[in-house]
Amino acid sequence: MLNELIEMFSNDFMVRALIGGTLVSLCASLLGVSLVLKRYSMIGDGLSHVGFGALAVASAVGSAAPLQIAIPIVVISAFFLLRLSENSKVKGDAAIALISTGALAIGITAASVSGLNTDINSYLFGSIIAMDKNDVIFCSVLSVIIIILYVFFYNKIFAVTFDESFAKATGTKAGIYNMIIAFLTALTIVVGMKMMGSMLISSLIIFPAVISMRVCSRFKTVIITSALVSVLCFIVGLVSSYSYSLPTGASIVIVNMIALILAVIIGHFTMKKNKHDRRKNN
Amino acid sequence: MGELIKCENLAFSYEDVDVIKNLSFTVSEGDYLCIVGENGSGKSTLTKGLLGLKTPDSGSISLEQGLTKKEIGYLPQQTPAQKDFPASVFEVVLSGRLNSRGLRPFYSRADKMIAHDNIRKLGIEELMTRSYRDLSGGQQQRVLLARALCAGKKLLFLDEPVTGLDPIVTEEMYRLIEELNKKDNITIVMVSHDIVSAVRYATHVLHLNFEKSFFGTTEEYMKSPLGQYFFG
Repeated sequence: MLNELIEMFSNDFMVRALIGGTLVSLCASLLGVSLVLKRYSMIGDGLSHVGFGALAVASAVGSAAPLQIAIPIVVISAFFLLRLSENSKVKGDAAIALISTGALAIGITAASVSGLNTDINSYLFGSIIAMDKNDVIFCSVLSVIIIILYVFFYNKIFAVTFDESFAKATGTKAGIYNMIIAFLTALTIVVGMKMMGSMLISSLIIFPAVISMRVCSRFKTVIITSALVSVLCFIVGLVSSYSYSLPTGASIVIVNMIALILAVIIGHFTMKKNKHDRRKNN
Repeated sequence: MGELIKCENLAFSYEDVDVIKNLSFTVSEGDYLCIVGENGSGKSTLTKGLLGLKTPDSGSISLEQGLTKKEIGYLPQQTPAQKDFPASVFEVVLSGRLNSRGLRPFYSRADKMIAHDNIRKLGIEELMTRSYRDLSGGQQQRVLLARALCAGKKLLFLDEPVTGLDPIVTEEMYRLIEELNKKDNITIVMVSHDIVSAVRYATHVLHLNFEKSFFGTTEEYMKSPLGQYFFG
């Protein structure tokens, strides 16, 4: 077992995948808690499709740095989707679906016209060898920024996530924190997309948050558990993807699914106890 | 008994329709003002205006006697997302201290003391480590009230505080608010659609009714045509 692991990580691309992926998973899980609790999960999903569209178009026109072109487009879409969800609750989710399928269609058409069909597969479903040295550096810088911002603004993020109208009414500029979260989410998605694929990257945001909310009842423990679960599931998924030659993004999502099922079972018993307590108190 | 909030000739429109026109009223220290009105009469628009989330089309809202936005506690209506929010009661109450922190990122010991004091005041000590989502509707309202007290203890702004509560808990909630008003001398502004029971505890009433809004003491209200309609 140990020998296998040593052999596995003697490959440079595996080390890069491990470092980059761990950092992306960590960032995605922190941001995910707020997005899921604010009912903004679909923004993450919409952004990944926009990211795919932007990457495909950028590669189709022969850009040397498709990632650098995709980032501003996804960031702008993030602000736009946030606006949509804030202003019209009912139409917001339909608008996100319109934008994500639209971006997907543009991306697929661009790739097909320019004959990029082999790359299409790796953009859509990710690839274990996708992370190059620059990506790892970018990931590291990004995650350090996200973690510092997150710790510094932790109490404000909690207040804005729990109750935006209260935060606004008592003088916290909720709009800015929403935008920071949307901005960081956009960056995380673009960076993680290469490995996870645009179809699956939003799972990194949503699964760990939902898993930890099942078993934890304090915000702080939800955040910490979410980060731990996310990194653990990523590593297990990565290793099994290498050992059994499975698609990387998909194996990570499957490990997350197993974790969710376990969490639902554990949560079922602990929740029952809480409900019982509540009846006793009333 | 100085004036805390003074509104003069307010006008608000919502989606280009005038909802409030030419409205003037004042809130003085120690008052218990109840804002009532039918659906669509502009209660939520006025609430947003008073909290500074919406600027009036004309007229002015001024905070008097050095009252700042940071001394106003607010009890908003609960959102569906909040009902299953994984946070402990203490975390929620403490978040009321946020507005006094400015850019400093972490809460001080003093903030935590204030949170503890308000938890004690509202009799929810035994819930302190419980998760907000496991509480009953009435307990959740008490937690949010404690948070509001952490944010400001001069004036409390309550937006439909008894919506969705059963009759017994509703009564408890009204008593609790009355106690905060009488014992702790906290000025109360409460928005409610439950005219009959809300007005019982109020010292002043603002009844929004398009062109013919009423503002005055509860006694005057009972004698007014609007009050007669509901209480006559």
